[in-house]
Amino acid sequence: MNIKKVVILGSGGLRIGQAGEFDYSGSQAIKSFKQEKIFTVLINPNIATVQTDDDMADRVYFQPLNIETVTKILEREKPDAVALSFGGQTALNLGLDLHDAGVFKRLGIQVLGTPVSVIKATEDRDIFKNKLAEIDVHTARSLATYSVKEALEAARTIGYPIMMRSGYSLGGLGSGLVTNEKDLEAKLAEVFNNVSQVLIEEYLTGWKEVEYEVVRDIDGNTITVCNMENFDPMGVHTGESIVVAPSQTLTNEEYHRLREVAIKTINHLGIIGECNIQYALNPADGDYRVIEVNARLSRSSALASKATGYPLAFVASKLMLGKRLHEIKNAVTGTTTAFFEPALDYIAVKMPRWDLSKLKASDHHIGSEMKSVGEVMALGRSFPEALQKAIRSLNIGANGFTDHPYEIENPMDEIKFATDRRLFAIADVLAKGVSVEEIHKQSYIDPWFLKHLADIEATKRQLQTEPLKSELLHTAKQKGFSDKTIAKLIDTTEHLVRKTRLKMGIIPVVKQIDTLAGEFDAETNYLYVTYHGNVNDIKPLGKKAIAIIGSGPYCIGSSVEFDWSAVNTAKTLNKRGYKTIMINSNPETVSTDFDRSDRLYFDELTLERIQDIADFEQAHGIIVSVGGQIANNLALPLAQAQYNILGTSAEQIDNAEDRQKFSAMLNRLGIDQPEWQEVTTLKAAKKFGLDVGYPLLIRPSYVLSGGAMNVVQDEKELETYLGEAAKLSPDHPVVISRFILNAKELEIDGVAQNGKLVIYAISEHIENAGVHSGDATVVYPAQKLYLETVRQAKNIAKAVVKNLDITGPFNIQFLAKDNELKVIETNVRASRSFPFVSKVSGHNFIAIATDAILGIKNDMVYQTLELDHVGVKNPQFSYNRLKGADPVAGVEMASTGEVACFGDNLEEAFYASWLATDQKITGKHLFLSIPTQQKHKFVEEAALLVADGWTIYTTEGTHDYLKSHDVKTTKLYKISDHKEPSVHSALLGKKFDLVINVPTPQDTSTDGATIRRLAIDNHLPLMTNPETGRLLLRCLTDPELKDVQPKYWQEYVPK
Amino acid sequence: MSKLPITTSKSTHGNRSNGGDFFVSKNSKLYLSDGTTFGGLAPDWQTGAFSGEVVFNTGMTGYPESLTDPSYSNQILVFTFPLIGNYGVDINATESGKIQVAGVIVSEAAEGWSHTKSDRSLIEWLHSQNIPIMTDVDTRALTKYLRTRGTMGGAISDSPIKTTDIKLEQKFVSIDAPVTYNKGGKKKVILVDCGAKENIVRSLVAEGLEVKRVPYDYDYTDEDYDGVMLSNGPGDPTDYVPTIENARKALELGRPVFGICLGTQIMALAAGAKTYKLKYGHRGHNQPCLEIETNKGYITSQNHGYAIDSETLPKGWKVSFKNLNDNSVEGIEHVSKPFFSVQFHPEATPGPTDTAWLFEKFRGKL
Repeated sequence: MNIKKVVILGSGGLRIGQAGEFDYSGSQAIKSFKQEKIFTVLINPNIATVQTDDDMADRVYFQPLNIETVTKILEREKPDAVALSFGGQTALNLGLDLHDAGVFKRLGIQVLGTPVSVIKATEDRDIFKNKLAEIDVHTARSLATYSVKEALEAARTIGYPIMMRSGYSLGGLGSGLVTNEKDLEAKLAEVFNNVSQVLIEEYLTGWKEVEYEVVRDIDGNTITVCNMENFDPMGVHTGESIVVAPSQTLTNEEYHRLREVAIKTINHLGIIGECNIQYALNPADGDYRVIEVNARLSRSSALASKATGYPLAFVASKLMLGKRLHEIKNAVTGTTTAFFEPALDYIAVKMPRWDLSKLKASDHHIGSEMKSVGEVMALGRSFPEALQKAIRSLNIGANGFTDHPYEIENPMDEIKFATDRRLFAIADVLAKGVSVEEIHKQSYIDPWFLKHLADIEATKRQLQTEPLKSELLHTAKQKGFSDKTIAKLIDTTEHLVRKTRLKMGIIPVVKQIDTLAGEFDAETNYLYVTYHGNVNDIKPLGKKAIAIIGSGPYCIGSSVEFDWSAVNTAKTLNKRGYKTIMINSNPETVSTDFDRSDRLYFDELTLERIQDIADFEQAHGIIVSVGGQIANNLALPLAQAQYNILGTSAEQIDNAEDRQKFSAMLNRLGIDQPEWQEVTTLKAAKKFGLDVGYPLLIRPSYVLSGGAMNVVQDEKELETYLGEAAKLSPDHPVVISRFILNAKELEIDGVAQNGKLVIYAISEHIENAGVHSGDATVVYPAQKLYLETVRQAKNIAKAVVKNLDITGPFNIQFLAKDNELKVIETNVRASRSFPFVSKVSGHNFIAIATDAILGIKNDMVYQTLELDHVGVKNPQFSYNRLKGADPVAGVEMASTGEVACFGDNLEEAFYASWLATDQKITGKHLFLSIPTQQKHKFVEEAALLVADGWTIYTTEGTHDYLKSHDVKTTKLYKISDHKEPSVHSALLGKKFDLVINVPTPQDTSTDGATIRRLAIDNHLPLMTNPETGRLLLRCLTDPELKDVQPKYWQEYVPK
Repeated sequence: MSKLPITTSKSTHGNRSNGGDFFVSKNSKLYLSDGTTFGGLAPDWQTGAFSGEVVFNTGMTGYPESLTDPSYSNQILVFTFPLIGNYGVDINATESGKIQVAGVIVSEAAEGWSHTKSDRSLIEWLHSQNIPIMTDVDTRALTKYLRTRGTMGGAISDSPIKTTDIKLEQKFVSIDAPVTYNKGGKKKVILVDCGAKENIVRSLVAEGLEVKRVPYDYDYTDEDYDGVMLSNGPGDPTDYVPTIENARKALELGRPVFGICLGTQIMALAAGAKTYKLKYGHRGHNQPCLEIETNKGYITSQNHGYAIDSETLPKGWKVSFKNLNDNSVEGIEHVSKPFFSVQFHPEATPGPTDTAWLFEKFRGKL
């Protein structure tokens, strides 16, 4: 193959079903292509990724992944080939669309790896089933249907319960178990809105779910790199299930029969590169069904790659270029080839991370649709050890299987009908003496797993009742109990348990992951910590090394940006001659790639484990300021235990984190802040409300499970909220603060050294204050700030930086109203917007921060206030995955990811970045619903739209208001009017191309929420914020935006 | 070697309430012939010292098959995968009539096993045949030790022993008298049983062949047959003097001969080539082999400690498969006559089934 230029399609913003794993796969592919001297062009609007860094692809387009934009880019770039399999389902679907539109053919572009016809065979259920039937491979009994009527008939033929599936799914959207005709009818209505084909399949209750990752080259050499078994049997999406690798309960016959079927199937389909194949396996008789084949890198392949150490994406990219498996080197051993199947001498456990409590009204049941926002992986040499590590890694307040924060009323219900806390429900019933058999009967979870869980519970009881002798303590540690949990059980402190344990010589050992179970000498740097063993595989690195605490699992509020920060920190440390030790528990990351650090500890980010690693490695110090909040929270306890925290001191980090201390400092410095108070009684809360006035922002101090932040409009709401959602007590104080209306929000991201500002960037939010900064649309450089405001912000930043004696990254958030600034909060760590401001300004803030931490003097003067271009960062929401959740941005963060695009002006950048969040406007029908106080803001835009040929639909209030300003709109009845033509039927009939529904502050009627939910369920673009809504309307009437030619990053910001 | 941090002498395994094994274990040690020891636990019923050559296997499934593989006789088998016994034991999924290994070393032996086809736990099964086991061993450290020093003799014992007490004996594993399977099959093959795995018999029968299984030292060369299958088996191939002699005669007769594992070494020796001992052998299910003529790769199941020296292959013979990890000989073939053999196990069990087609190839040549 003679390929000189390749375009790689990325996956866009992180969303449920498609998270950071594609940064890993895309990054490996780019490195691999570049190694072959291929010019690489990446299209991905996800600015917080490592793959969009300046040392990765030769050209990066921060552009929407839609057919129009990508066609323009392909016409401009004229590549030899395009890679579709590194950007998840987004890239694959887009590739199929481009193929169907004849773009590849017209431009003479080759699709690398698996041919499009084969991808189609795996994506279209009917073709897929027929193909597999040709070689006598069993698939689940199913019928393809094209209408509600057909689907109902098919279900009757197969018999309930049935499994409903829609083709072209991403994370199983539109799929699920249906037990009766009534439910099926309701679900079909929504699904057929999105797809033309729905499959009705036999329901394989209680079957095991197993998958294999398969790699195949052009000669047909095929291997299965890894197999994995789900803890949760069929019925729970594999992305929602606890997964172990390798499979644990399969016999040799079962393992190899499924392996053989996998190889046969993949050969018959003709896949080139990587894919995965999923099975249902009947535990009673070994019968199997193939569920699906994904002809691309997936979440599972990222997991398999991290679980085995086999660089799947890297190898897949070489295979696409026509290399044979045995011609590729095993990068882990350095001596053997990629043609082998890894042998593990440990067990990997993956656990999903949900964030359902952050989303109002969303349902906690899990099933065949994905709801989790991230995952963790833990490695150990026993199942309990790995499982309990994984639980702690989730960062949900659980210290282990038996030590969780949930109060589960009916645990047996949650075991039978799985929820996000099913595992802990099992812990609760085991503690009450319910048998393994009974739990198995209700859940179908294999007894092998349950017996281990019972064993953990038994050890817990032993710890409670027996004296803590060294043998028992050692057993408990081997079963994954944390010092903290043991301390709780025996009523002492974590510190004391650790001290006793070390005295007894019970110290974990460091083991390598070498892909060959020790059979060959491997130069691997991939490590984990275990209590099952007594010999360390490696020697400490000592003082020349620096440890970096990574991000932990992705969740709402912590996403790829912290992985990007950790990776760039390691890169800079290496450049400065230090060895790096990366610690992380998230398999969907680039930081856990084998070639990103000198040592990679795939392990939990807890005080105990960081201490274990630090004690072993004896490194120079630990960097806690680039991994986000988990790492940041470890600063103080680590410093108290005498570990060397690099950068801003732990004490000063605490001074910024502790609300009382921080507030006192601001007062001392004469810096304004919104009035706030910590209250423990309702009386005090009411008095505060009376003093400062409503609305008030309330945040419970224990924001773990439930009790989210909220805004209350009056005393009555305050009473209700504090009575129900956040039970007040001296142990659980609540912070209330004045909620300032109609203020602007701005942020400073920066780096300081010894209390002196080195670089800073000022960005502004398009939305007025009240939208969480993670859900806000951020503009950098700020376009609409008075110079006076800028000067004030800078001066405040200088004072804060000086007083906290900051060395390293920081972020300050401000409220601006009438040219006056108030500080909302300061984080003495890298923030969410670091990659954004770095890439827009062209200065890598993390590299600069790392240098600052290392004490390297920096006299550079950076121009960051005025640039020739604008960057706009937009939140990516996943509401279509979360049934019942009200899709409106508020004070609690709800977005799962973000994208950013560039432009020559604000409108250009904003419009591109809005489209890049997977939005599309296909016609000129707008539904507009705005509260009275905001109506005036939309008059001008509405008039322009009408002049441009748009039809605007409104309900009474907005209709009359616009009419009085000479804007003609079509009036619809409100949902609550129960009259036609109504908003309701128009939404169902998809009459609108855009829905703007701005909630009123006191949105007590359900109309608004129903409209928003219906818009999401019917896949209509929805805007709920008046400022961004208005900006979008302005973009829609701007004729110049249609003809914008996409430019790549290096055109805006030359290297 | 550092010691296990457990200082108390007894440990209770299992938990009566969830129905697994329940037994008390005691400290035990693996004594290697170079004087090194590795600590662990052993069930309390286990007394005395048990010797064998200590080898490791990297397969992640198939312990019932491996433990009954006659090629492991006289060997103490270390499983590198830490969790062994998860699915209990199905006596039908075994490769000979009894457990063949001299001892078992694991990190964890499952107490709570689960599978519909199984009826006993690993520990129960070992106990019933008086096979020693050590658990709670740092098997990775032991494996790395064997990899760097080479396989060596050792003994499992709960009381100290001298290295001179470690007894390594070469035992032949075979049947006493010929047995015929699938009488009236399309063609008749002689299976020379040097410790043949059951699945070799099953695989030949599945090809529709009549199989006459004969003892390793049995002279079949003047009998009426269509082909010879030289089986796998334990130990040094050069010890199989009568087997080699008979194979030499069979080669002269010119009818098809197919060798597996030890059988491939016997064929090489019969042809005049030499064998040598590998430092720590190939034992696992992930051994990559390349078929030289087709440039096609296969993942194979292996269990051998000796290999063919390709330099010594006489004229008329060629290397047909090579190991992609260390380039060692994985198969030889005669350039014109129907003689071929492979070092790996096409019959699998345990391990991948990628090369099962070799049985079909053999049938085709008959």
